[in-house]
Amino acid sequence: MHYLPNILFALALAIGFGFFAMNVRKLLRNIRLGKDINRSDNKSARFKNMLKIAFGQTKMVRRPISGLLHLVVYIGFIIINIEVLEIVIDGLFGTHRLFQGVLGTDFYGFLIGTFEVLAVLVLLAVFVFWTRRNVVKLKRFLSAEMKGWPKNDGNIILYFEVVLMTLFLTMNASDVPFQEAGIGNVISQIIAPIFDGFSTETLHKIERTAWWFHILGILVFLNYLYYSKHLHILLAFPNTYFANLNPKGQFTNLEAVTKEVKLMMDPTADPYATPIESTDNQVPEKFGASDVADLSWVQLLNAYTCTECGRCTSSCPANLTGKKLSPRKIMMDTRDRLEEVGKNIDANDGVFKDDGKQLLNDYITPEELWACTSCNACVEECPVNIDPLSIIVDMRRYLVMEQSAAPQPLNMMMTNIENNGAPWQYNQQDRLNWVNEE
Amino acid sequence: MIVPTMAEMMAQGKQPEVLFWVGAAGSYDDKAKKISRAFVKILNQAKVDFAVLGIEESSTGDAAKRAGNEFLFQMQALMNIEILNGYGVKTIVTCDPHSFNTLKNEYPSLGGKYEVFHHTQYIQKLISENRLQINDATLKGKRLTFHDPCYLGRANDEYESPREIIRKLGANLTEMKRHKSTALCCGAGGAQMFKDAEKGDKEVNILRTEDALETNPQIIATGCPYCKTMMADGVKFKEKETEIVVKDIAELIAEANNL
Repeated sequence: MHYLPNILFALALAIGFGFFAMNVRKLLRNIRLGKDINRSDNKSARFKNMLKIAFGQTKMVRRPISGLLHLVVYIGFIIINIEVLEIVIDGLFGTHRLFQGVLGTDFYGFLIGTFEVLAVLVLLAVFVFWTRRNVVKLKRFLSAEMKGWPKNDGNIILYFEVVLMTLFLTMNASDVPFQEAGIGNVISQIIAPIFDGFSTETLHKIERTAWWFHILGILVFLNYLYYSKHLHILLAFPNTYFANLNPKGQFTNLEAVTKEVKLMMDPTADPYATPIESTDNQVPEKFGASDVADLSWVQLLNAYTCTECGRCTSSCPANLTGKKLSPRKIMMDTRDRLEEVGKNIDANDGVFKDDGKQLLNDYITPEELWACTSCNACVEECPVNIDPLSIIVDMRRYLVMEQSAAPQPLNMMMTNIENNGAPWQYNQQDRLNWVNEE
Repeated sequence: MIVPTMAEMMAQGKQPEVLFWVGAAGSYDDKAKKISRAFVKILNQAKVDFAVLGIEESSTGDAAKRAGNEFLFQMQALMNIEILNGYGVKTIVTCDPHSFNTLKNEYPSLGGKYEVFHHTQYIQKLISENRLQINDATLKGKRLTFHDPCYLGRANDEYESPREIIRKLGANLTEMKRHKSTALCCGAGGAQMFKDAEKGDKEVNILRTEDALETNPQIIATGCPYCKTMMADGVKFKEKETEIVVKDIAELIAEANNL
């Protein structure tokens, strides 16, 4: 039974990664429910964006306090993962601190020392984050959409980080040979005196327990991602890679509309011609979006990537003046509805069964959509290039082109454009009068 | 004031170097018409060979598109493109950032490919080519703040042209706390200009005017006819219209150069 810990460890890894892989498959399936758009162009610009914005965190530090604190947690997360690699190898092969021999004591000590300092910095950053959410009560964490699960989710992630960092430091502090060697234990040597008087055997048990809980905690955290806003730690990378590269003011031109408009304006087209019967029972294309499947896969990826930081909402002119619109809620609603659709598909043998609900009205109301000024502040602010505006516009398109449900003054504006080429009711023949009005 | 049309130019067998796209606001709205006239005076002073479409110009479709009516937008776009291409237009300048954005970004894939300038960019170009000088005596030392139009700034990343001009005007520019990429919208975009606001606790233009008032300005400058209206309404709401003027960059230049 000498190999029992190794076998248990391998089993834990297999379950942890297996379950995670299952959820990743579900995630990809759900994202692929979106309409296809081509984002395979301009690979070098996309790669640069990803490096700069996701990897380099350039948009995060636009707000220095949260940006720098986030940077600490982010660097901590990336660097400390080197340690996780060692833990995995140790666990599988029954070695102890394998890298010490491989990398040499001095360099290994330097590495572990760095991890320990980072762990403390992460703990400090997490403390400030928690305070901002629960004590200082920053406005953007108090919006209506942040009640219940989103609020708890935010705190759970912070608690996870506290537990993982504490276990990591405890593991080092109770590691007798590691403390005796005295290299790299910059922080854990301060904690070690707590264990003064403990027998070597007890210390070994504490060390093993902390080691096990640390790696199990990481596996649980990995599987928590799919259910949490914390998914951004993975999706920020593809999301910035596939983000829109065009000027932010450029809205898409719907191709289906172009076809119809060109036909309408073609003087050689026969106005009385009966439409050509299509052989494959084509459903006419729906204009705009009323549910998640009408959105593009990039918009759905956006929804899964959103970490609900609320920078968008805190810069939205509509939200700042008390309107119901919150760009963050648009993203959260899209993800919630997409999850609902995904579960529906799972429950019905892979086919979506109409549940009488949709993204429009059941999640996002027209009142929210019509409050948008299309100013792009939300798009500009998003640290990972999410585009809530594109969803708002697609849903307006559905309201107007499929339901003729624009607010009355907008209908008048559009009638004026049709009749006299201006949003107001002026005579087209008077268009040049301004020249002589001094 | 002489403003030649493309039709007249064509009849004389001439092709102007640039088309001035006036836009619906610039053609019909009282506050915006002043911008159009000021800009024409600047073009004349710089001896720019320009023309307008006049009664052949129609809405770019920007407001319709932002309201969700893609059909109406594309009809307007295709109609305008037919006329623009018919006249062989290569270069367009406009005082309206919404027209600027639509013509520059949304017309090309529908067949309308032009070099498009916002008037602040075009004026900046005229200055750099030594075709236009700006007299800095009139506005020297005046306290001025600049409101970035969303469709010039965030939408198209143009923040410097208007500011370069302001520096040349000699005015004392104080930035609002929200400026350039963090600038707050005036509240008119996305077809909001043409409807009532949804229920809330404030109008967007009032909030933006408060941003501007914090800088204690004598002049609130902008580069968009809709922003000008919104900010002027905000100043009026705050009963500051006797102390503060809201003007487009083009109007400020026309004033400085005594045009």
